[in-house]
Amino acid sequence: MFSQYKYWMPYISPFDPCKPIKVKSYATPPQLYMGFQPPNLPQFATPKEALRAGTLWPALFSAYPNPHNGGVKND
Amino acid sequence: MWYYEKKLQYPVRVSTCNPMLAKFLIEQYGGADGELAAALRYMNQRYTIPDKVVGLLTDIATEEFSHLEMIATMIYKLTKDATPEMLKEAGLGDYYVNHDRALFYQNAAGAPFTATYIQAKGDPIADLYEDIAAEEKARATYQWIIDLSDDTDLNDSLKFLREREIVHSQRFREAVEILKEDQNQKKVF
Repeated sequence: MFSQYKYWMPYISPFDPCKPIKVKSYATPPQLYMGFQPPNLPQFATPKEALRAGTLWPALFSAYPNPHNGGVKND
Repeated sequence: MWYYEKKLQYPVRVSTCNPMLAKFLIEQYGGADGELAAALRYMNQRYTIPDKVVGLLTDIATEEFSHLEMIATMIYKLTKDATPEMLKEAGLGDYYVNHDRALFYQNAAGAPFTATYIQAKGDPIADLYEDIAAEEKARATYQWIIDLSDDTDLNDSLKFLREREIVHSQRFREAVEILKEDQNQKKVF
């Protein structure tokens, strides 16, 4: 399944001083897969929706920050 | 940890006494897109990048150091027997005043190396894109140096280095594709 966030598990040493963050994530937003923006890319139907999404184009919408981590930045 | 092999990655032969080439080559020694900047950039990004591409960064950073050594050899050979007069004529008069014939990390225009040449954004995609750009810029720089040089033996080594930049660029692009790949199992927590 396509996901805008990818996850990986860094090595955890038994001697790490802090409580480990077991799973780390990074963003792979839609524009990465688009290459360049095609002409006449469909836009949101109403300005309200566009303002809410922060983009004119649904295809370029990315939910920052990571919704899978309780919205915590820099997880 | 590293093991050192006491030889160059590719032979360096300089056939003409032309200290001015050293002035141009120093761009690849201590310039923004030079080998030192490249090696330090990748070496540093390794820590916070997903483990799938850590090995790639280690490999390429190591190779960049061996390129640095080749560039150093070229500059050394071009300047070691040059008289102060010759250096002055080659535009290296101020360099001689500062450093004699010692090698120094600076760019072709004389600006000393700075850590601001290296970025580490922490976003794996952004960091790898920067690496690709850096390789392409280094490739272009090699091309411009080759354009200015008529030393065929030196150009042979430079063409090898130019080719390696292309290979590195391709490998970084591959790394981006690896990071873009969909993961089969999605970990929700």
